[in-house]
Amino acid sequence: MGGLSQAFADAFLLLLDFDARVFEIVLLSLQVSGLAVLIGTVIGLPLGACLAVGDFPGKQVAAVVVNGFMGLPSVVVGVVVYLVLSRSGPMGEFGLLYTPSAMVIAQVVLVVPLMAAIARQVVEDSWRQYREELAALRFGWRDTVRVLLHDCRFSLSVAVLAGLGRAMSEVGAVMIVGGNIDRSTRVMTTAIALETSKGDLPLAIALGMVLLVLILLLNAGAFALRTSVMRQFE
Amino acid sequence: MSLFPLQLRDVVFRPNGRAVLDGVDLTLSGEGITVILGPNGAGKSVLLRTVCGLLQPTGGSLDWGGGAFDPLAVGMVFQHPVMLRSSVIDNIALGLVPRGVGARDRRLAAMAMLEQVGLADRANDNARQLSGGEQQRLALGRVWLTRPRLLLLDEPTSSLDPSAVEAVERIVRQIRTEGTKILMTTHNLGQATRLADDIVFLAGGRVREHVSVRRFFSQPASVEARQFIQGELPWHLAF
Repeated sequence: MGGLSQAFADAFLLLLDFDARVFEIVLLSLQVSGLAVLIGTVIGLPLGACLAVGDFPGKQVAAVVVNGFMGLPSVVVGVVVYLVLSRSGPMGEFGLLYTPSAMVIAQVVLVVPLMAAIARQVVEDSWRQYREELAALRFGWRDTVRVLLHDCRFSLSVAVLAGLGRAMSEVGAVMIVGGNIDRSTRVMTTAIALETSKGDLPLAIALGMVLLVLILLLNAGAFALRTSVMRQFE
Repeated sequence: MSLFPLQLRDVVFRPNGRAVLDGVDLTLSGEGITVILGPNGAGKSVLLRTVCGLLQPTGGSLDWGGGAFDPLAVGMVFQHPVMLRSSVIDNIALGLVPRGVGARDRRLAAMAMLEQVGLADRANDNARQLSGGEQQRLALGRVWLTRPRLLLLDEPTSSLDPSAVEAVERIVRQIRTEGTKILMTTHNLGQATRLADDIVFLAGGRVREHVSVRRFFSQPASVEARQFIQGELPWHLAF
């Protein structure tokens, strides 16, 4: 019990001292996950909206696949991205393996289905409500997708937050494709896993606290923004 | 190419085996306001949606002045118009989006239209916080902005108070004077008298009568129309 208290006390000291090692890892985590979610937003939200609005053969199958991929095991994604990026893989020539770019790619693969599935549900609900009106105004599917994505922007923030949550808390895929290399590809989750296994609990606890606080702050910020803007337009 | 005369020949709409439109024959000229009257379930709204192209008839045909159906020339306003989560000006400009009008021109045209429908001072307000009458005026302006040749109005003033009804009717008359043909449904016989040039009386999914408004109310030819005007239409004709 005493050891645990000491570990927490040391963790707080690391944070209060603005330990460079901690903040380097936090910064890289934010960069990797932030970029992955940004790319995921650009791909996932329109993809979800197209699945909601589009009328094409195989639509149901595509929706089932996207929903199924929401729960993709991150280690499986890690292995697949590893194979694609490895020297003998189709993208091996770019030399991306064990770089932050590889970690971004893996996280994009993880967050896109999640964000697309949530976007599909949100946009489909709106589509049912607006369908006749937009059809009577002669909206084609592209304009419909654009208008619905804009109209659902408050609800879609949930999809972005879910993507961010998944990206930031993910460990398996980034460990495989990033290699958890110190000062290069070590992010919060992989560092926590490594330091815990090494028995360096203060650093693991410090990073865990930062991770928790960041996720809570992001959610609180998004909630506040959503509430205030919704009040204006609902 | 003119859309008129618009001829509906033996139009049937029968989802799940029940005939909502049961052989509608109707010819519409390109001028004036035609009001469709009839009891609940007579098929009025379905007829409008069929003309708008939102529903495909199960049988029969629509002949658009001998030419092809031009969807951009036909607009429709619904009983409960949908407002996007956005400003009044964004909502009224919405109809110009699929017509490829640029953002700046959309805004200019929308502002001019807001003046016409009396909502210029609400341009930047939340469209969802407008009153029912204001929302209906916005919806009319939104479609009017697209300059349709045929405007379909599905009970545009139901559940509005008298002053809001008057404002909507004023806009409908304005649209008419610009040469747009209007085909509308209503349950308000007073409104039909005020606005209509001719009346189509629909019951049981069929056109029972299509005559001038004066004749319809003074000398209804069919028993059903007479009973409808007197509020005594038997339920089996309604459904």
